[in-house]
Amino acid sequence: MKKAILKLADGSEYEGLSFGYEKSVAGELVFYTAMTGYPESLTDPSYKGQILIPTYPMIGNYGVPGDEKTNGVSNFYESDKIQCSALVISNYSERYSHWDSKKSLGDWLKEWQVPGICGIDTRALTKKLREYGSMSGKIIFDNEDIPFYDPNQDNLVAMVSTKDITTYGSGKYKVLMVDCGMKNNILRCLLKHDVTIKRVPWNYDFINEDYDGLFISNGPGDPAKCTETVEHIKKALKEDRPIMGICLGNQLLALAAGATTYKLKYGHRSHNQPVLIPGTHRCFITSQNHGYAIDDKTIPSDWETMFINLNDGTNEGIRHKEKPFFSTQFHPEASSGPVDTESLFAEFFNNMVKYKNR
Amino acid sequence: MEDCKKILVLGSGALKIGESGEFDYSGSQALKALREEGKFTILINPNIATVQTSEGIADVIYYLPVTPEFVEKVIIKEKPDAILLAFGGQTALNCGVALHKMGILKKYNIKVLGTPVEAIINTEDRELFAEMMHKIGVKTAKSVAVNNIDEALKVVREIGYPVIVRAAYTLGGLGSGFCANDDELRRLAESAFSYSPQILIEKSLKGWKEIEYEVVRDRYDNCITVCNMENFDPLGIHTGESVVVAPSQTLSDHEYHLLRSIAIKIVRNVGIVGECNVQYALDPESDDYRVIEVNARLSRSSALASKATGYPLAAVAAKLGLGYGLDEIPNAVTKVTKACFEPALDYVVCKIPRWDLGKFEGVSKLIGSSMKSVGEVMSIGRTFEEAIQKGLRMVGQGMHGFTGNTITIPDLDFELNNPTDKRLAAIEIAFDRGYTVDRLHDMTKIDKWFLARLENIHLLKLELAKCASLEQIPQALLLEAKQMGYSDYQIGKIVIKDNIDPHKKALEVRKYRQKLGIKPVVKQIDTLAGEYPAQTNYLYITYNGTENDVDFNHDGKSVIVLGSGAYRIGSSVEFDWCGVAAVKKIQEMGYRAIMINYNPETVSTDYDICDRLFFDELTLERVLDIYEMEQPKGVIVSTGGQIPNNLALLLDKQGVNILGTPAKSIDMAEDRQKFSEMCDSLGIDQPRWKELTDIKDIYSFVDEVGLPVLIRPSYVLSGAAMRVVESRDELENALKNAAVVSQEHPVVVTEFLQRAKEVEIDAVAQRGVIKCYAISEHIEYAGVHSGDATVVFPAQKLYYETIRRIKKISKQIAQTLNISGPFNIQFLAKDNSLRVIECNLRASRSFPFVSKITKFNFIGMATEIMLGKEVEPYGKTFADIDYVGVKSSQFSFARLLKADPVLGVDMASTGEVACIGDNYHAALLKSMLSVGHRIPDKNKGVLISSGSAKSKVDLLDASRMLKAKGYKLYATGGTADFLAANGIESEVLHWPDTGKSPNVIDYLSNHKIDLVINIPKNNTARELENGHKIRRTAIDFNIPLITNARLASAYIYSVCQIGVENLKIKPWNEY
Repeated sequence: MKKAILKLADGSEYEGLSFGYEKSVAGELVFYTAMTGYPESLTDPSYKGQILIPTYPMIGNYGVPGDEKTNGVSNFYESDKIQCSALVISNYSERYSHWDSKKSLGDWLKEWQVPGICGIDTRALTKKLREYGSMSGKIIFDNEDIPFYDPNQDNLVAMVSTKDITTYGSGKYKVLMVDCGMKNNILRCLLKHDVTIKRVPWNYDFINEDYDGLFISNGPGDPAKCTETVEHIKKALKEDRPIMGICLGNQLLALAAGATTYKLKYGHRSHNQPVLIPGTHRCFITSQNHGYAIDDKTIPSDWETMFINLNDGTNEGIRHKEKPFFSTQFHPEASSGPVDTESLFAEFFNNMVKYKNR
Repeated sequence: MEDCKKILVLGSGALKIGESGEFDYSGSQALKALREEGKFTILINPNIATVQTSEGIADVIYYLPVTPEFVEKVIIKEKPDAILLAFGGQTALNCGVALHKMGILKKYNIKVLGTPVEAIINTEDRELFAEMMHKIGVKTAKSVAVNNIDEALKVVREIGYPVIVRAAYTLGGLGSGFCANDDELRRLAESAFSYSPQILIEKSLKGWKEIEYEVVRDRYDNCITVCNMENFDPLGIHTGESVVVAPSQTLSDHEYHLLRSIAIKIVRNVGIVGECNVQYALDPESDDYRVIEVNARLSRSSALASKATGYPLAAVAAKLGLGYGLDEIPNAVTKVTKACFEPALDYVVCKIPRWDLGKFEGVSKLIGSSMKSVGEVMSIGRTFEEAIQKGLRMVGQGMHGFTGNTITIPDLDFELNNPTDKRLAAIEIAFDRGYTVDRLHDMTKIDKWFLARLENIHLLKLELAKCASLEQIPQALLLEAKQMGYSDYQIGKIVIKDNIDPHKKALEVRKYRQKLGIKPVVKQIDTLAGEYPAQTNYLYITYNGTENDVDFNHDGKSVIVLGSGAYRIGSSVEFDWCGVAAVKKIQEMGYRAIMINYNPETVSTDYDICDRLFFDELTLERVLDIYEMEQPKGVIVSTGGQIPNNLALLLDKQGVNILGTPAKSIDMAEDRQKFSEMCDSLGIDQPRWKELTDIKDIYSFVDEVGLPVLIRPSYVLSGAAMRVVESRDELENALKNAAVVSQEHPVVVTEFLQRAKEVEIDAVAQRGVIKCYAISEHIEYAGVHSGDATVVFPAQKLYYETIRRIKKISKQIAQTLNISGPFNIQFLAKDNSLRVIECNLRASRSFPFVSKITKFNFIGMATEIMLGKEVEPYGKTFADIDYVGVKSSQFSFARLLKADPVLGVDMASTGEVACIGDNYHAALLKSMLSVGHRIPDKNKGVLISSGSAKSKVDLLDASRMLKAKGYKLYATGGTADFLAANGIESEVLHWPDTGKSPNVIDYLSNHKIDLVINIPKNNTARELENGHKIRRTAIDFNIPLITNARLASAYIYSVCQIGVENLKIKPWNEY
């Protein structure tokens, strides 16, 4: 295996060995603590521009599945390609084993020209990133140095959002999906209900569209970059048609309602985040991947906190007090992660049913 | 919150196969959690060697059997208002279900905390459970009963091949097997119907993956899974017999969460409040699954999950039982987050079972669907290679890791297809012979991922072997070897070709490696994979990292305590108690205690017990690593049994400060020759013995001392391959077997004294002066291993003369060896002679026993001495103690199919209990009832088969008493004649091999007998065969068995003259 150097913005360097594509890349370093789900994470558009560091040390164990599709949606991938800039791990499983795997993780990375390096003390790296928040980093091959790159300066949502309008399913209730970097499993979860989904670009003006429910997807980066989407949502808030948002969608909904967002000291990137319904003892274990959060104190009076994070008390979702609008900071669609909150899609669906039959 | 003040907790009793030290851990944690909440706690557990039965854990402790009868008596006395059933294994659960069914809990208005009893019953009853799962759409491995071959074929049309066929109502799997097609099914079913009118057809899941989840649920319906685990061994091998890894390695995210959500669904439907274990079979070719089993209590797996993740499952489960929600309990590791989360691991753990099958006559070494292992280890690494190699060393059965071993497998292919405890060694040999991963997978059904990782270790060995000398190993290769878990010892063995001591080679590798800057790092287990800052002291060591997670103080205020490693026959929970007692005292004296141990079934590996826990190896290499990092005041090697004891001299040579007795003295006591010379010079008698390598010399020595003799190899704890031989023939046979041993270790032949008493002293000395001691005696004559014997303390039947001389000899030895710390000497007393048979300069198995009976902590004093404090002698003598403690051994023969349940010089027991009574017989009765004996049913009889003339006489009074009590006596021919001659009437039952009726076997299998006294007479083939059949049948039909005349006689006296109704129900503190 070829040597590669991981350089951090603070000047520290780590030497690793390459098992993916060999080219120098730069990006924002982020870790996640999930123990499974690397094919899902790598194809998650929310990781656009980021160099991913799983804290679980052995990666690639079960290979990578193929990209067969059902109803136009990939069975296993969360988008149509690897989205992150590079993968940094401790130990690579070159020899994988799984009944539905088609190739090794290394071959898959090469196919998408994404570097992957192993042999790094990912725990040490994680502790550092935890304290600094996020940090820029780059992987250097053959002394081919390149500048650091902060993806948050770019409009990442525009980069990962769909360029086309696509329709999925043929159900009774019409969902308008604003794709800010949507994960495919949101489609899969919605398609379990009697719906037709129309997927549109992040900046598409949907307000005159015929739909029964508006869905604002997850996506990468700073919510403040999506001013166009926020403006469109503001209009939707004046109506009564049901709305659901996830992750970035949650933040955009909050911004449209008049709340503000901020960057967390310790971002949430794992499968084990507990969220609590305020005022109760009811908790759920959720999958999360975000560095920004809604400032609870700025939520307008006609809205309320729907969930809070049990570990650090930060906001995990908001709900309109009268209208059928809600959104979550966590990922009820999981993939990867626990599926305990998938019933929220049913809630959204029921809201549409109620709305349509009002 | 539950409104209760006084809570009764049931323990699990003696350690046995399938129910081991994990319940000391779970009970201790639960009791601590209850006390934190200000509850008054009452514990019933006769296992005196546990930490949970120590002072300061429960408010009141009863050393009594965990049976409904005794528990009710305690309930009447203590009037608790609630009970915990889930923390004492199957013993406590069964007892709790019985108390519920008998209406006792209702009668005394006692609330069951945590999972309701009805829910427990639903999970324990296979039919009810399968039905419940069917209702909620969860698939179970269900079998269908059929009455003829056509029905069988019809069932298979539904469930598909392959299937397992089992004959109903038979023992030992007669007529069972796998079928892959109609022909095979017809053939097997025909044969099965010859054994039984009904056969069971079940979908065969052989070769499927076995996956477990540990689920926690609170009263608010919040559910989390703390951990999932994957078995390295495929389904078909009991999870207790499997190598288990956590987290799962070969499951995709979809599979992981599919099984996770089903586990949660099950737990919600069952109505668990607390902890529950769900076991699955998962198809390796799809995401099809079956639920195999659900355990609605803390289990071996939950203890493992707790240690693997750092999540204190038992403490959390206890608090949930009190009514807390998961959101209200703090995360004990991070302190800043809550218990309502699922730990993220950034390492991998491997659990490897420890077997001691070599100690049993007749037992099969094949591992399969029933559990035979007696202990386990857990290893932690950042690669599977690192973890498995560590673990294989930890198990302590001669492997130095995956490679570099000298184990031979007679038939490799047979071993690979029919796994035994040697299967990992077999896989390495197969790689050596060119077997591919694919071929091995076909034979073993072990997932290719695991096999490929093992092959990585193998391939690296080949690279290392190419290096002609140490200096020729490239830095990168050496680092890679360490990252794959290679020990310096393994590397030295592979690379250094000179014929020198392998320990020396290891030290050379160490020196070279350190010169190259290849050193391990310390990582924390923090439950959140570094996502949040954590103040955790739970540590492991790895080469897959570049940075330490902790700093080292180097202030001389820390002390390292070496733990006892895997539980095994001969070293068990008693040494965990010793280690924990040492840690407590170290902390009390203002030092920081650092524990090194790797046994997940212990309290000593709970990170809140000590200041730092290194969950890592007890090898010279690893202890030196930690010693160099920590630079402590010193190391305690005398509280962890034989493993640390064996390290003493090696550590001392490397400049490690061994606290207490000098390492040289330890060596002098361990080395037979040196010790014997010392005894000779002090005028202390020992049985005559010789260490011999030549067969001719053995015969002439035997001629000199006369038969019987004891033969054994040196330097072993419980004397594997040790036996008494009574005749020339036997000697020849034994020597044939011992020849294998004698190449490395010579054979030791010792004169064997018959009908000699065995006496032990446990003591603590300071610079050679004894500061406290306890003398106990065995009920059985010498010849029964001290670990299997029934021990009485204070000794009740010794001459004052004997006691005086024991004290004198002990003083001489303590002084000569300059002992500072704990020690134990075993004596043979016969007539007026007293001989020393063993001396250990460390805590012995009986230290917790004598400490608890005297209420004086021997280890506490020993620790003070080792840390340099001057101590006052303990004032009381055992004449001051006006009660008696009796320690009995627990055997697990029922789990070991075909093993001969007879006692000898080699240890066979897996655990022990001790009870206190106002007199010897009361204590003995409680103690025997605690290890599974029961008062024989008057409607049934007692079988006596009393062996030699001497043991016939020994049993005469006892037989008379039974008769007087109204028991019907059955006896085998000779015994019946002897009884008749002495005026005692009995019914003759014929020996098994006569085929005549009334036959012993029929009476046993028809449950007409409720106690079997079978004393082996001699070692002739017929005696052995007949005796074995009787003993084995008793075990297989769950009929209490005693094979020692002295013990039988004492027990029968207790049953007849004391009786259960007259036993006093008194807690420890009332004695």
